[in-house]
Amino acid sequence: MDILNAIVALSNFVLVPAVAYGSQLALGALGVTLIYGILRFSNFAHGDTMAFGAMLTILTTWGLQAMGITGGPLPTALLALPVGIAGTAALLLATDRVVYRFYRRQKAAPVILVIVSMGVMFIMNGLVRIIIGPGDQRFADGERFIITAREFKTATGLSEGLAIKTTQGITVVSAVVVVALLFWFLNRTRTGKSMRAFSDNEDLALLSGINPEKVVTYTWLIVAALATIAGVLYGLDKSFKPFTYFQLLLPIFAAAIVGGLGNPLGAIAGGFVIAFSELSVTYAFKKVVNYLAPENLQVDALVQLLSTDYKFAVSFSILIIVLLFKPTGLFEGKSV
Amino acid sequence: MKKLLIATAASAVMASGAYAAGHGNEIKIGVILGFTGPIESLTPSMADGAELAMKEVTDSGKLLDGASVVSVRGDSTCVDAGAATAVAERQITSDGVKAIMGADCSGVTGAILTNVAVPNGIVMISPSATSPGLSTTEDNGLFFRTAPSDARQGVVMAEILLEQGVESVALTYTNNDYGKGLADSFATAYTERGGNVTISAAHEDGKADYSAEVGALAAAGGDRLVVAGYVDQGGSGIIRAALDAGAFDTFHFPDGMISAKLEENFGTEIDGSTGQHPGTDSPGAAKFTELVGGAFDATSPFTPESYDAAALIMLAMQAAGSAESADFKDKVMDVANAPGEKIYPGELGKALDILKAGGDIDYVGATAVELIGPGESAGNYREIVIKDGKITTVKYR
Repeated sequence: MDILNAIVALSNFVLVPAVAYGSQLALGALGVTLIYGILRFSNFAHGDTMAFGAMLTILTTWGLQAMGITGGPLPTALLALPVGIAGTAALLLATDRVVYRFYRRQKAAPVILVIVSMGVMFIMNGLVRIIIGPGDQRFADGERFIITAREFKTATGLSEGLAIKTTQGITVVSAVVVVALLFWFLNRTRTGKSMRAFSDNEDLALLSGINPEKVVTYTWLIVAALATIAGVLYGLDKSFKPFTYFQLLLPIFAAAIVGGLGNPLGAIAGGFVIAFSELSVTYAFKKVVNYLAPENLQVDALVQLLSTDYKFAVSFSILIIVLLFKPTGLFEGKSV
Repeated sequence: MKKLLIATAASAVMASGAYAAGHGNEIKIGVILGFTGPIESLTPSMADGAELAMKEVTDSGKLLDGASVVSVRGDSTCVDAGAATAVAERQITSDGVKAIMGADCSGVTGAILTNVAVPNGIVMISPSATSPGLSTTEDNGLFFRTAPSDARQGVVMAEILLEQGVESVALTYTNNDYGKGLADSFATAYTERGGNVTISAAHEDGKADYSAEVGALAAAGGDRLVVAGYVDQGGSGIIRAALDAGAFDTFHFPDGMISAKLEENFGTEIDGSTGQHPGTDSPGAAKFTELVGGAFDATSPFTPESYDAAALIMLAMQAAGSAESADFKDKVMDVANAPGEKIYPGELGKALDILKAGGDIDYVGATAVELIGPGESAGNYREIVIKDGKITTVKYR
């Protein structure tokens, strides 16, 4: 019984939240890694692209709700998602035409593109704040829980509860679907193959007749979809506030780099590594230890490695350790 | 184009000259509150409260031979000391305010006091800064507060919890002067009286997700979770995460958490939770509500305190016969405390008459003002419980 209680307590506060958070990071990191692999720069505007996509989706959600259309037990935001993706895609393509294409034609060094993307980041950041404001926006509706802590306790008779939010379930399911679609696209379709070829060796790809502008356009479209889905899932699960998306940039880049920049599989693994470390390093294991330890070995201390204030420090440390010992990341991406 | 510019500028100068002439006998008082930031849902009615007192005095026409009082609002942001200092600096040097009703949050209040009010010799009366640290700040006798220090709130909070038989709590506080001060004074008082604080952990405001913080709090355990935070910020986030994870069912809220927003955010989900905020059942509170008459929410936390803070400034001016801070700063304690005739809300005109005739007043106001020690309220609290999703009064203490 005590072992079960320990497992449930750990799942409730570490495993379930970490899986959901890891999926959100993985989707974000996939976008970053695709841009790095194909367009060859680190896109600092990615966090704010997520915020922009989430904002469009929220506005559409409110519109749908006002018209009386809801998703039933599921959040209405899922219905609004296509509009958000389309709008974000339009914004990204426009940014590419106006800003990035100019530098691409100049054959600008990647570091210049990084700085350019920071400029784009500030503009998107401002755009989102002007349109929806800097405050918190709640747009989750439908059933809040798949199972609540209290229901779980009465159903199982355990003294620990396990709560699974609908948004956590949706996050994991959509992440799996999106990742499966992405890998099918990259490995099985002609366009996907040309994108990978372009990423592996640009000159060779050009010689074999691949149209670079087409590859770039497809990349932005996919990135728009990934960023919007990641942004909406994060907003649904937590809450939407433009500033927190800006802060998300650090764990997302940490995930992409840890996994190996430019490697989609690495981005997913990196997302989960970061999420699990952030949560388990800052979790107080007192209860879990006391459930497992025998009577005479009970602890009074919190058994917490780091205070939760240092959550961001965890992603920083992992980033630095990986860069020092394995600069190409766990899955052999490009070195930074 | 150039001529047009000159003409516009010239007429603007002339117009403002005429404006100044018409308002020669005018006293400006700064109202510096966090109109944006973590307590932005509390501040509008606080400012209205202060301005109500100013209007009452202006309408009576008795302050310093018919001076009119004008409010100059400024945004303290509650958290950004730099922005708050700049606002206060501007109000004193360019608007020429004679005193400041504010600021609200303890951190920015301390910053304005040391950086602007003391160097410029301007009186400040805060309606809501409650950090114990402000009691010992060097203020040259310029700083007062109509809100009690949190050293007192900590004791009251400990007593309420122990009376209900809650002997072990987890404690989380917003990571600033207010949260830390309150958490420390509560933990000391509670432990002294035999309670057990299982964990005292800070949380940062403005994050999207507090599940990690709640994880640590839940692991430490406790019969109730004490949230010394802000309802518009991390405080609500902590409660939401705790409810979602099933970590705690009931909470205890100090003053920064109690507002209509709390009912709106959680409703019946937090039934049985308790709390307290400065408040009184003296006849002054009822008179204040009556005086406001539905123009704004008279029972919102710190709104009566704001009325009293503004009233004290103007009464002290009258007692000193001068609107200059250097002259009236010593009169604030005199008008606030006995001896003298008791003054309730709506009786400011009468008080001004008594003071003009050289008499004594004992300002009671909306919150039973009694200034002690370094010029802070002795402290009356309203104990509340959440019942059927509504904040209801248990008693006053």
